[in-house]
Amino acid sequence: MDANVATANDRFERIRIILLIVIAVIALAGLADATYLTVSHMVGDESVCGASQPCSVVLGSKYAVIAGIPTAGYGVFAYFSVFSAATLAAFGYKRARIFLIWLVIAMFVATLWFLYLQAFVLHAFCPFCLFSAAVTFCLAGLTLALPPVR
Amino acid sequence: MKRSLPFILIAAVAIVTVSSGALLYRSKRAHIEAGATANGTQNVKPEHVRGEADAPVTLEEFADFQCPSCAMTTMQSIGPMEKNFGERLRVVFWHFPLPNHKHGREAAIAAEAASRQGKFWEMHDLLFEKQGDWSKAPDIHPVFEEYAQQLKLDVDKFKKDCESPDVAAAVDKQHEQGETRGVKNTPTIFINGRELPPPFNPERIQEAIDAAIAAKNS
Repeated sequence: MDANVATANDRFERIRIILLIVIAVIALAGLADATYLTVSHMVGDESVCGASQPCSVVLGSKYAVIAGIPTAGYGVFAYFSVFSAATLAAFGYKRARIFLIWLVIAMFVATLWFLYLQAFVLHAFCPFCLFSAAVTFCLAGLTLALPPVR
Repeated sequence: MKRSLPFILIAAVAIVTVSSGALLYRSKRAHIEAGATANGTQNVKPEHVRGEADAPVTLEEFADFQCPSCAMTTMQSIGPMEKNFGERLRVVFWHFPLPNHKHGREAAIAAEAASRQGKFWEMHDLLFEKQGDWSKAPDIHPVFEEYAQQLKLDVDKFKKDCESPDVAAAVDKQHEQGETRGVKNTPTIFINGRELPPPFNPERIQEAIDAAIAAKNS
């Protein structure tokens, strides 16, 4: 019986570690997207949207900067934090796992807000923002799927 | 080793992010500066100018009449700045119709035709104001003729000018000027010859104009 429990725990532990690694890798994709947007904003590169006007509307809007910092800059910080927390959690740091859950919840809420702004306020979508939203939704789903620690 | 591995991974990602961000910044900066050097070669005299010739600040806008952010920038940012800064600000408009806008080029031609009767800016304001109305029109010519009528233009001359290759060439010449100066998108704004990075909200444009005035005074 004890051996069965131990085997089940081992399996959960393995699934948890795999999921945390996947979370960390996906966070890197979000980090790359947010870094690219932040740098483009800092340089003032307008070609980032190509010929896409909706993209220019979003990235040129007042919501592209919050408290003097490019909104994408907060994304860099958030995705890097997710990567760090997932990595630490995969190595058995329990607090990192709790931090990861709360962080992903906050990012999920922020993403919903940004999607609302694009759909109902700006009436325009930017592909980089939609990619970031997709990344956050994946992170939220995977975080939700993390087996609890026993 | 196992204890320090996660920290090594985190530090490695931080270093890669910062260094790739810095490399990207440098390469983009170099690209923009190369464009800015080309900006110095202003070889076409601006045709559409509003404001005093000796104004300390010249704001140039490369725009497409069908571009929503151009309309927003013009009406919400540049227009109020013209009122705020009065004779200290001179505004120059350059046509830069984008190929993805169905009526962008026709609108530019209509404004240019209105300009042949001395009413460029009136048509410019009307086209941006009513962008939402005419953008979706299947046949644009009657709409622009109605605008010409509203502006009390000689409609027959307006129609003839809209067909004129000279008028189309004037639009093309301004578009080429934009390309020479590294314009890729609309709106693109230059303040005293220097490209202003987006966003183009009123606060940012005001800040840039204030800085240009301060630079002139210093």
